[in-house]
Amino acid sequence: MFVVARAELHAPKQEIALLANALNLLVPMSTNDGEFHGPSIDEFFPGALFFEGTNFEINRIMLVRFIAVVALLLVFWLGTRHLRVVPGRFQSLLEMGLDLVRVNVAEDLLGKKDGKRFLPILTTMFFMILFMNITGVIPFLNIAGTSVIGVPLVLAIVSYVTFIYAGVKKSPENFFKNSLFPSGVPWPVYIIVTPIELLSTFVIRPVTLTLRLMMNMIVGHLLLVLFFAATQFFVFSLGGWWTLVGAGTLAFGFAFTLFEILVAFLQAYVFTLLTAVYIQLAVAEEH
Amino acid sequence: MLHAVLSAATEGGETHSPVIPEVYDILWSSVCFVIILIFFWKYVLPRVQTMLDERGEAIEGNIAKADEAQRKAEAALEEYTAQLADARAEAGQIRETAREDGKKIVAEAKDTAVSEAARVTASAQAQIEAERQSALVSLRSEVGTIAIDLASGVIGESLTDDQKAQAVVDRFLADLEASETAAAGETK
Repeated sequence: MFVVARAELHAPKQEIALLANALNLLVPMSTNDGEFHGPSIDEFFPGALFFEGTNFEINRIMLVRFIAVVALLLVFWLGTRHLRVVPGRFQSLLEMGLDLVRVNVAEDLLGKKDGKRFLPILTTMFFMILFMNITGVIPFLNIAGTSVIGVPLVLAIVSYVTFIYAGVKKSPENFFKNSLFPSGVPWPVYIIVTPIELLSTFVIRPVTLTLRLMMNMIVGHLLLVLFFAATQFFVFSLGGWWTLVGAGTLAFGFAFTLFEILVAFLQAYVFTLLTAVYIQLAVAEEH
Repeated sequence: MLHAVLSAATEGGETHSPVIPEVYDILWSSVCFVIILIFFWKYVLPRVQTMLDERGEAIEGNIAKADEAQRKAEAALEEYTAQLADARAEAGQIRETAREDGKKIVAEAKDTAVSEAARVTASAQAQIEAERQSALVSLRSEVGTIAIDLASGVIGESLTDDQKAQAVVDRFLADLEASETAAAGETK
């Protein structure tokens, strides 16, 4: 845990160090200057590592994302290289994950046929979010790849395009009619209902998808940094009896680390489930 | 000191809003997404689907095999039971036949024994009769000869004439018989 705490503290500083020249490698050592450094939003905007200033800029968080992608590819490539009819332990675990999306999300909500059509999108969403969320509690990575707006936004756009595509493919006129003019409502009510439906279906949905995921990850990271930075401060800067308070903050940090693992799973599941629900509403005959 | 300068330099430059995306952020996110999508779409999910199909077939195959085995076992049991019943019936029949045969054999043996006994008795009687007859004949001729010799001796005349001799012998015998019967009657 302590390693995590130190890494959390030093991580943002290290980018600064990389930015500057070799002299500045001394900077991480200067954190014990007696002041308390709380986390800030700048943690999510570390300095560039490569291609600074271009549209291909790569900073620490982009690197964390690449690591998550490589880990994901590696796990699933190794896991599905020799698939057996009677699965081993590792294969059972992978199948459990894949079945969560295939059975509990895709087939339960969309049925066998549509479930199979949208399975690649849903599976990709779930595992991409899961792997990029979980980096938030992995030592030395210590930041979720989804805590910067790019991934949540791209996935929300994918979700948005997918459910509109699903609805339009099914029946263009029914889709917009059902979405904007729900049946069983007397026509004057449409004056109020239609703008609300328009807003909720075509504006609120992608925005909430994006913000829910990103804010969960940002807040989780800030909480962890806060607890571990406080531990660092109480134990090493103040010392004495304050060490006890530091032990308390460390315990909270540990508890929230576990909680973050849960949140990582939960947010991946919620994002995928909501996308499936939107697709299901779009392909449904009537509301 | 150095730290303060550096953080001032980096933080002071621009203020970031977490909801305003950078171009590179969107770009790399998209790249990640596309890579993972293609990976799952073209590699993982088809393989998993194939494996699931194989598993389904294997399970169905095993169920069919189990059904087949069950059916075979049932048929074998039925056949065995039928064979057992047949065998029992056959055994009963054989036992019955044996019993009848035994009876028949005993009866036949009895018959044979009876007839054999009768035959033996009959042949014995016949033999006895024959021996009696032959004894009678030889006795008669012997007695006749002796009697003739005796008589010839007594009367001094040859009784060689067969006719006479025969008549004498017959008379003698008749007398003998008569005396015998008389003696028998007396003793009675």
